Amino acid sequence: MSTTTVRPAKGSREPGEQPDPPEAELLPPPSDDEDIPVPPGAARTLLAALLGPHRGRITLAMLVILVQQAALQAGPLLVAITMDRAVPALRDHDSGPLIAVIGAYLGCAALSTVLQRAFIRMSARINQDILLELRGRIFRHAQRLSLDFHERYTSGRITSRATSDVDALRELLSEGLQELLTVFLSVFYISVLLLVMDWRLGLVSLVSFLPLYLITRSFRRRSLRVYRRSRTATATLIVKFTETMNGIRPVQAFRREAANEAAFGVLNRRSATAQAEGFRELARFVGLSRTTANVWVTGVVVLGAFLVTDGSLELGVLTGFVLYLRRLYDPIDQLAMFLNSYQSAAAALEKIAGLLAHEPTVAEPAAPVTLPAGTGTGREVAFRGTRFAYRTGKEVLPAFDLVLPAGRTTAVVGATGAGKSTLAKLLARFYDPTEGRITLDGVDLRDLSTADLRRGVVMVTQESFLFSGTVAENIAIGRPGATREEVEQAARAIGAYDFVAALPEGFDTDVRKRGGRISAGQRQLVAFARALLADPAVLILDEATSSLDVPGEQAVQRAMRTVLAGRTAVIIAHRLSTVEIADRVLVMEQGRIVEDGTPAELIGGTGRFADLHQAWRASLV
Amino acid sequence: MTVHRLTLTTMAENQESTLPQSPPRPEQEDPDPPTPRSGQPPRSSPATAPEHRSTVRSLLRLWPYARVIRWRLAASISAALVAMLSVLVVPLVLGRIVDGPIAHHDLSALWPLAGALLLLGLVEAGLFYTRRVVLAGPLAGLETAMRGDLYAKLQRLPVSFHDRWASGQLLSRATSDMFTMRLFLAFPLVFLVVNSLMFAAGTAVMFVLDWRLALITLLPAVPLIVLTRHFESGYSLAARRAQDQTGDLATVIEESVLGIRILKAFGRHRTMAERFRSQTHELRETELHKAGLLANLWAVIVGLPELALGCALAVGAYLVAQDELTTGTLVAFLSTALALRWPVESLGWLLAYANEAATATDRYFEVLDEPEDGGAPAPAAKADATAATATATATAGTDEGIRLTGVRFRYPDAPDDTPDLLCGIDLHVRRGETMALVGATGSGKTTLTALLPRLYEATGGTITLDGRDIREIPRARLRELVSVAFEEPTLFSASVGENVLMGAPDASPEQLRRALDTAQADFVERLPAGTETQVGEQGLSLSGGQRQRLALARAVVGDPAFLVLDDPLSALDVHTEALVEQALREVLGSTTALVVAHRPSTVLLADRVAVLADGRIAAVGTHQELLRSCAVYRELMSGEAAPVLEGSPAR
Repeated sequence: MSTTTVRPAKGSREPGEQPDPPEAELLPPPSDDEDIPVPPGAARTLLAALLGPHRGRITLAMLVILVQQAALQAGPLLVAITMDRAVPALRDHDSGPLIAVIGAYLGCAALSTVLQRAFIRMSARINQDILLELRGRIFRHAQRLSLDFHERYTSGRITSRATSDVDALRELLSEGLQELLTVFLSVFYISVLLLVMDWRLGLVSLVSFLPLYLITRSFRRRSLRVYRRSRTATATLIVKFTETMNGIRPVQAFRREAANEAAFGVLNRRSATAQAEGFRELARFVGLSRTTANVWVTGVVVLGAFLVTDGSLELGVLTGFVLYLRRLYDPIDQLAMFLNSYQSAAAALEKIAGLLAHEPTVAEPAAPVTLPAGTGTGREVAFRGTRFAYRTGKEVLPAFDLVLPAGRTTAVVGATGAGKSTLAKLLARFYDPTEGRITLDGVDLRDLSTADLRRGVVMVTQESFLFSGTVAENIAIGRPGATREEVEQAARAIGAYDFVAALPEGFDTDVRKRGGRISAGQRQLVAFARALLADPAVLILDEATSSLDVPGEQAVQRAMRTVLAGRTAVIIAHRLSTVEIADRVLVMEQGRIVEDGTPAELIGGTGRFADLHQAWRASLV
Repeated sequence: MTVHRLTLTTMAENQESTLPQSPPRPEQEDPDPPTPRSGQPPRSSPATAPEHRSTVRSLLRLWPYARVIRWRLAASISAALVAMLSVLVVPLVLGRIVDGPIAHHDLSALWPLAGALLLLGLVEAGLFYTRRVVLAGPLAGLETAMRGDLYAKLQRLPVSFHDRWASGQLLSRATSDMFTMRLFLAFPLVFLVVNSLMFAAGTAVMFVLDWRLALITLLPAVPLIVLTRHFESGYSLAARRAQDQTGDLATVIEESVLGIRILKAFGRHRTMAERFRSQTHELRETELHKAGLLANLWAVIVGLPELALGCALAVGAYLVAQDELTTGTLVAFLSTALALRWPVESLGWLLAYANEAATATDRYFEVLDEPEDGGAPAPAAKADATAATATATATAGTDEGIRLTGVRFRYPDAPDDTPDLLCGIDLHVRRGETMALVGATGSGKTTLTALLPRLYEATGGTITLDGRDIREIPRARLRELVSVAFEEPTLFSASVGENVLMGAPDASPEQLRRALDTAQADFVERLPAGTETQVGEQGLSLSGGQRQRLALARAVVGDPAFLVLDDPLSALDVHTEALVEQALREVLGSTTALVVAHRPSTVLLADRVAVLADGRIAAVGTHQELLRSCAVYRELMSGEAAPVLEGSPAR
């Protein structure tokens, strides 16, 4: 919600070749106008990959529409036959040809009816399957992508990819493919018919395809450019929209409405401009191609008149020919609509393909190593020559070695920006170390399957997002399939049971949007319960009690003593009360571990921790 | 699914049987909460039940927006009409050419007719161009206006509205639905008008050419009208369901990205993907159902006229053979009939579009019709308020600061059998005083703070600021007076400076610097572009402590008259906390402030402390007093469920 309208477009920066760093770092924010680089031809490749599995059904649908068009296009031919054969025969009192022709006409009508219905149903099935696949792909891929990517790409943009960009493809599939097929088939049929009826006039007619092709090509190029802009404009619009709606409290409290409206208006108009331009391109295309078509029709009529006059063409043939010729160009409108949808979808597919082409920086191993069987006393964590730097090169954690023995609880303290959270995120494999490795019972985290890793290591962060659904469902994220008793047990163990039970519908209370009804402290308790339910060998708590009140925190601490038994735990906290339950304390400063010992040792000493501890004691009652 | 029902049941039965299925998702995901529901089916209030609004009535609501572009729309329709006329005239000219110059081998007569044909063609092409180009700008403008209005409306709607509505449902209204409406105005609407008129004109031409053949050709019209009405009722239900499901899908996507850390931490992306999958499958079912309905309609629409045309051909041939009809007339008739094929066939998708646009319009106006005064106080409360204001005005001058009198609050969707969350809060924060608000987790502290800037409306009682009822102060002014730092520090995509200055857009750079100093946000200087650094979702992600400090700076920047801080130091480390406290004391010295506190260190910022328990203020006093006298407070501060000594008055 910028107070000044929007920030200016970001020059010619290479579009996001590297993700923003996890914390405040030295990269410009992603620009409004660029996403991630799109491999050339990505849109087409993606479309091909989506259509591929349905080749059989698409072929069948095409056959259906082929026959349907044949039946439909037979109309004028049968009219011509009626005029040239059946009517003269009728004059000779022979109604046989007429009956045959009319029978054929009615048969064709019935056939095209049945086939039309079949085609719509078939193509809907294909389209929906393709959309299902594409939505699923986007969703799964977004879930697979690493946090550094998400921190840069914004949720609004992913939402835009999975909704409005998919809508563009939906539009193409639901109207477009049928249109295209119909266009091509009818053009093909009519061309063949025209050549058969009279090859000279036929050839002349077909020559018109050359200027039409050129017009089409130019339209495609220009409209793709416009639609690319339109897709980006839509995405920024969505980003702004979701940001406002998700932050509605501060928006209203700080009276951002007017400034937001102005900023949104700019984005909105940008999107409108692109759209209007797309529309104008379409108008231009239709105008030009119509002109070409109509000039050709006149030409052919004149030519035909000459041929009839010199006797080399029958009148009936010319009549049929001209009727058909008009229909040869009828699909121009449909073609325009198709191309329009197609270019819009192509631009959208490009964006989607760009997202899908982005590989997670924290990748799943190709050949995962299985963890040795657990002993029930947690697992040993070791950092070996681990170093972490942002891609910009700025070092956050210089190379260090650290062993956290199984079953022990280690507290990490230090000022904001000392690298505590980075340490925790490395251990949770939200990021991979720049150098060195981190092992769990001797196995490199990078060699573990996601399932194994998450059974082994779970992190609770201070940010405790709740998903829409019930409280019980939110806790059960820790272990899907957990019974109600297990969920309640986990809540009880952490001291969350009472408040949940007191909610209007207990564990079945809907947390509504973002848990608007549940306080920050309560949300942290839910997050804790979730972690307990997951029952990991290694538990990381990153400022996980910051919003709890004193009784809440103490309840959590009491619970911790039992909960942490048999686990390896890493606790990051600025409130030292949490630290007291630790076996060991690490003090970090500027990425380095500067003190290491038992709480008693450190408090007794004269180091930083002793200072911190004193300051903290003083802040208590 | 229910494809066959279309033809098997009457319209009324059809509606009857489809209605109960219309909200196919679980209750909590029900996307249309605005209709008052009290266990009654939505039928009971037809005015608000979108299923019962007719397509036309829904679409008519677009008129205020369409009004602006009505001349352009008219121009576009006229252009299309005239172009269509040329489609009708061309066969006539062709007939003339065939019957005249060609039949008589008279080439000299050909040229004027050929010239006319060419001219017609060029005019037609020009009209095709015009039809689209006149709408290009205005239509985009219309969409912009509608979306802008929706956005503005959503910003004005109370927080309680946003609590009820999943953001995906709002987003889908601003994007997918808007797209549907614009598309409808761009093509289908024009074609609906043009094709109908063209059909009428074509019919007239056919009657002029030969009324017998025309009658035969028109025979299928009656069954077609009946069938399309059937179609409409079923299709709009399905269209609405598909749109709602699309909105739900957007919600899942958004949540899955916003909660990505949790999903990653627990390796639960499969669970979420499963949820997403089942929803996309539901949407697929709905779309297939829609396609089934459309397929049936389309088959009939394509088939019946063709059959009739076949008959007309037979009769026409017979008449020509009997010399009751010229070949030219029959050719002209048949080409006219064939030219009408498209307007008739297009009816299928035009109707489908119209239905979808109608349901999209319903969805759009559902939000726009929402009353903005959210939880407007009940009349009784209003009377109360006037009474209280009277007394307040009487005592104005002596009654300064923040005063809450008998303030009650319950969430609008709270179950009937639960007590009010706040049931009679009486609290006075004197001018210049800092009052800490302490209470157990979930006792309603945050809710109470949200009442001051009227993010939520108190359901009872009055709140006055320096003697003025907050309901009498214009909302914008009120929020200027009351500055809030939220529990959850949200930063927006803007620069650090802009984020902080949201609290006071007119503040000087000096004030900005002071606010940052107060919040100990010295890290800002080390950011790549200092206060110009872009943060928020589209910028750098800052740590929780950094965000909290910026939010604090935002709250204090304009030296607000009233300051509300919701646990403002929770994410800070001990050292920083101490520094912030020190700096805050100065700010608080001159400000009337209400500070939600969880810990002793925060409480020490305050002159007095109020303890919130069971929806009321249980005790007010200084920290020391309360430690001595209030067991609840002692427990909250020290955590020890201390044995009740000294006969504590609380509880």
